[in-house]
Amino acid sequence: MPKTRKLQAAQALREAFEQAMAADPRVFMVGLGASDPKGIFGTTSGLQEKFGAARVIDPPCSESALTGIAIGAALMGQRPILSHQRVEFSLLALEQIIDNAAKMHYVSRGQHRVPVVIRMIIGRGWGQGAQHAQSLEVLYSHIPGLKVVMPVTPADHKGMMLAAIADDSPVIFLEHRWCHYTEGEVPVDPVPASLDGPEKLADGEDITVVATSFMVLEAMQAVSAAAKYGVKADFFDLRVLRPLNLAAILASVKRTGRLLFIDTGWTTYGIGAEVVAQATEQAFDSLRAAPRRLGLPEMPVPASPVLAKSYYVTAADIVDTMLQMANPTADRQTARAELEAIRDRLPFDVPHPAFKGPF
Amino acid sequence: MITMTNEHPQLGLFRSMLRIRMIEEAIADRYAEQEMRCPVHLSIGQEAAVVGACSALRKTDKVVTTHRCHGHYLAKGGDLRRMMAEIYGRDAGCCGGRGGSMHLFDDDAGVVVSQPIVGSSIPVGVGIALAFQQAQKDDVAMICLGDAATEEGVFHESLNFAALKKLPALFFVENNYFSVYTHLSNRQPVRPISNMALGHGMASAQVDGNDVLAVQEAVAAAVTRARAGEGPSLIVADTYRFREHCGPLFDDDLGYRSPEEVDHWKLREPLERFRQDLQSRNIIDAALEAKLKATIQGEIQDAFDFAINAPAPSPASLGEYVYAQNA
Ligand SMILES: Cc1ncc(C[n+]2csc(CCOP(=O)(O)OP(=O)(O)O)c2C)c(N)n1
Repeated sequence: MPKTRKLQAAQALREAFEQAMAADPRVFMVGLGASDPKGIFGTTSGLQEKFGAARVIDPPCSESALTGIAIGAALMGQRPILSHQRVEFSLLALEQIIDNAAKMHYVSRGQHRVPVVIRMIIGRGWGQGAQHAQSLEVLYSHIPGLKVVMPVTPADHKGMMLAAIADDSPVIFLEHRWCHYTEGEVPVDPVPASLDGPEKLADGEDITVVATSFMVLEAMQAVSAAAKYGVKADFFDLRVLRPLNLAAILASVKRTGRLLFIDTGWTTYGIGAEVVAQATEQAFDSLRAAPRRLGLPEMPVPASPVLAKSYYVTAADIVDTMLQMANPTADRQTARAELEAIRDRLPFDVPHPAFKGPF
Repeated sequence: MITMTNEHPQLGLFRSMLRIRMIEEAIADRYAEQEMRCPVHLSIGQEAAVVGACSALRKTDKVVTTHRCHGHYLAKGGDLRRMMAEIYGRDAGCCGGRGGSMHLFDDDAGVVVSQPIVGSSIPVGVGIALAFQQAQKDDVAMICLGDAATEEGVFHESLNFAALKKLPALFFVENNYFSVYTHLSNRQPVRPISNMALGHGMASAQVDGNDVLAVQEAVAAAVTRARAGEGPSLIVADTYRFREHCGPLFDDDLGYRSPEEVDHWKLREPLERFRQDLQSRNIIDAALEAKLKATIQGEIQDAFDFAINAPAPSPASLGEYVYAQNA
């Protein structure tokens, strides 16, 4: 076993950058705020002091051009990491990402490579509102040629970032701001994690539960609560949205006959839509109940905390759906109430007891 | 801008600046109560630029702005109660609580859009100017932006189109030298920001943004040109934000800007500067200022009371207004 110690996900990311930059002089970083006192939520703190302003660039507010610039540098063999403090800022660069980064290897018949990593942070809470709290993984997951990942655990933040930096294809690295606060064991050494597929987090025979990003943490609570009501879940963190490798999940659905998918973004046309479609195509005869999806409802997220509270899916909704699917006679009210009581210990719009705004 | 009859017009400018300062300070003072649960980007320090520019407009002129929108909203005549209710996430807010502090608008006052993505509202303002031209109105669209937004491609595309079509648009840049913590000198080559207009064949001016009269004069000249069909202008007002980029506090302890620089700007603090100017010309004295303050204080108290006691939006309304009902 590699040596590990406890880190928060944001610290784990920082360590990945530091180790990757120390190991490979071609790795450089471009991110608004990368060298400022907050260091992109602590993920880049101290890197400019260590590696210099030529390798840790705090750029002008020019997302579109900088993405193309990173792609050009990558064509010359450099390995850029771009950071967006919110996913939405990457929208200014969609054309560069979709038409250049995602296409160059294919269209050049394999002669060009674009090893760029583009970090995008998904916001939530504290009145962030409609343009600072979107989970837009589907936009990028639709595009062949991109790899799209959503880490959850601190170990995955580090391991998947190292793998993304080492990857010769463009990787969209979607971090959830609320996952930055997770704590867990992280290897000391720079050990890349696999970008090949999901990770199984629990074994069970009654239902297959799959989630992405922050919703893995909500689902985790629901999965342990459901066990008390006689429902044992085979539980997956999807991790890698593209290329989508569903072999383990489909094998699980064939055993459990039930599939529940929880999206971090909108349900309709969501990642869950694709997973349920493939399960229906490839495991139809094993299904004992209609697959279900949970995710965001059909509207932007409003700023008002009262409205936002009824917007998001919680562990209580997940356990309720799991029981509906796998043990309909269970006391769902009580199961819900137990999880809601835990949730209500914190205001709904903050990720952590220490969080006091303003951003 | 609110002016009383028979008063010196410059007193109205002072009142407007003082009012913005006092409202922003009230927000800052009460932010720690954790009841304003959204990011706030205060205009403290930039009041002369904000008020000077908005005072050169008339009610039917329109303004678009950014995350740092409180000042523009207030200076253009936006409703204070609805602003505070919005920041408190209430149903009575200007966006029904859906937008928060970065989404202030008041159609009656001509504040059309505040948008928190840098550069995002710039072309929207150009579109407003295009509509004015199409309707053959002589109203003007003022596009408020920060120095960082001039780094976005959409800024340059918007300038080009506005100049090409001679639109009644005014690009008003408050250059506070910072994009969050990053100084202008780390983001742009050394030259006046206003020079960017040259490449688009556009009129421009760079003014002392802490001198409300200088700003008013420059913007008024640009407005006159725009109304006369002579096309858009770029006005850059150099100014300084005194508090943190986002939030209620001072953050100079973080060391991202030098104490010398902060002191330099403190000496040019716009409200005090204008107060001294008005005092020296006997337009204001301590008694009059105390009276102004008392009135504004009452208005602020009323707006906070209104916002705090206003009902939250109903969760059942979450699904409303995703699509417009065809008229
Ligand atoms: C496209 C985009 N990139 C980055 C951000 C993050 N951001 C929010 S405000 C800000 C600084 C903007 O500076 P400036 O335009 O000068 O306005 P100021 O805040 O100084 O008023 C940045 C970078 C954003 N909102 N949108």
